[in-house]
Amino acid sequence: MSGVLVLGELGERGVRSSSLELIGAGRMLSEQGAGPLSVALVGQDAEASADAVDAPGVREIVVVPSPYAHFEAHVAQVALEGLIRVRRPAVVLAAHTSDSLGFVAAVAARAGVGFASDVSGVSWGESGVIARRRCHGERLIAELDFPGRQTVVLLLRTGAFEPLEAGGGGRAACTRLDVVLEGRARTERLERREPPAGDVDIAKADVLVSIGRGVESAEQIPRFEALAERMGATLSASGPLVEAGWVSRARKVGQSGRTVAPRVYLALGISGAAQHLAGVSKAKTIIAVNSDPNARIFDAAHYGAVADLFEVAAELERQFG
Amino acid sequence: MRILVAVKQVAKLAEHVTFDGPARVSPAAVSWQLNEWDRSSLETAVRLAEGCEASAGAEVVAVSVGDEHAEQGLRACLAAGADRALRVWDEQLEDADPLALATVLAAVAREERPDLILCGAQSSDAAHAATGVALAGLLDLARVAVVGAIERDNARLTAQRELDGGALEVLRLSLPALLTIQTGINEPRHPTLREIKQARARPLATLGLAELGLDGGAVRAAAGSRTLRLLSPEPGGALMLDGSASAIAERIAEIVRTRVGA
Repeated sequence: MSGVLVLGELGERGVRSSSLELIGAGRMLSEQGAGPLSVALVGQDAEASADAVDAPGVREIVVVPSPYAHFEAHVAQVALEGLIRVRRPAVVLAAHTSDSLGFVAAVAARAGVGFASDVSGVSWGESGVIARRRCHGERLIAELDFPGRQTVVLLLRTGAFEPLEAGGGGRAACTRLDVVLEGRARTERLERREPPAGDVDIAKADVLVSIGRGVESAEQIPRFEALAERMGATLSASGPLVEAGWVSRARKVGQSGRTVAPRVYLALGISGAAQHLAGVSKAKTIIAVNSDPNARIFDAAHYGAVADLFEVAAELERQFG
Repeated sequence: MRILVAVKQVAKLAEHVTFDGPARVSPAAVSWQLNEWDRSSLETAVRLAEGCEASAGAEVVAVSVGDEHAEQGLRACLAAGADRALRVWDEQLEDADPLALATVLAAVAREERPDLILCGAQSSDAAHAATGVALAGLLDLARVAVVGAIERDNARLTAQRELDGGALEVLRLSLPALLTIQTGINEPRHPTLREIKQARARPLATLGLAELGLDGGAVRAAAGSRTLRLLSPEPGGALMLDGSASAIAERIAEIVRTRVGA
């Protein structure tokens, strides 16, 4: 019942960057007294990815070989249940991602462990782990503890923790844990559709003009497209505009969209829901224009203006004319 | 085919939030509304039921764990097409976390024995995005989370989910199953006045924990966490740009040009 176990995520291109953030948070908890840090990888090629998580502070890498070539929620559930049963960690850290949302809460409910999701702050003290998370549309911070829990499973918000780069480690032992995963899948993947090709790559843009619900109607989209072009920027959008079909999926910023890292992120009419903010934490400068002075985006932004976005857009057209 | 739809009346905070103790928002600072994700999942259920042959006896049951505020949300579900509604409440359920809620919903599901359970992918207030999947875990049901489109083919479902990075995955699974539904999967209907009136005749039952064979203390013990306190975030670090729209645009243009080094 001690130690921190990070559950790394393997994507189509190896270890996901969010896993390095988990290792960063795990190392901090370990240094605060939570016990040794280990990283678990579940997958067909898990062993081949071990080097990518061998960061300073990682004591052990636990590989759980899987017969499945890609993520499946029920298989992942069995693997995590096995890891908790055998390793009995005090804290399990996983990323608050689409994949995790499909199985980690199920593990927590069945194992009777402590649990919180979308956690953006953690610390370890005398009473064990304390977690902080945003709620009520980012307007409040809840501070949680987990009395009587031998194990606490936390889903950490992506972008909220400093990543720990792999390399400089090399001292972690690599062990293999066999969990029977064969036959545990309960869904069959019929298809995987990549975001439309030939469209933009907003993750590589230097400047993003990003629009949200404040633009009010689909008819307004071309105007902001034109504004972005004038500014030498790329157009991106928050989730609701993509869900409404006004903007293509490739331009979606945030959870289940892209994580962007532009030099400037100009957010027009975006309120700043958690799912959106998860995608902009790597932006160098965030400028937000919103008519609502209480919009959460102002907490994340470096510059803000409470103004009518159409009036500001009209003036920007002039500035970049 | 019976579809159980778990819905929640969510708290919407007033502009100025006040507190009743360290971990409780004052009731006066809160108004209540049906969770947006749950409106989409109810609509999904009603459309699936409408797609069934009349002889198949499709039934949509809305369930909510909540105090009397939850009745309004359940009435809205009845007006939007649910056949009947259940409200479960006990004072020990106040501030129940996803694992405690899942424990209660699991007891309801064991009574109702639905073929399909739908939950919103998340609630707008607590935003754990966990209750549905925790419930699937307790019931050992096949599930897909954050579903953006579904199709039914007799006892099988095809569900599309969004992956991080924008890719889509299409999965097939067999009933019984649980799905958590993303907004945008459909346009929830707006009931007419007539439908709202008719819904008043549909059954809305209230259950205590004992009727579900549960004990308040045990449900509280199932909770995954305890809220120590609620805090307002530090005011944002944003430097506010004041003045006319043209002054603001001028400053934005300057910041963009400086940062990009053009």
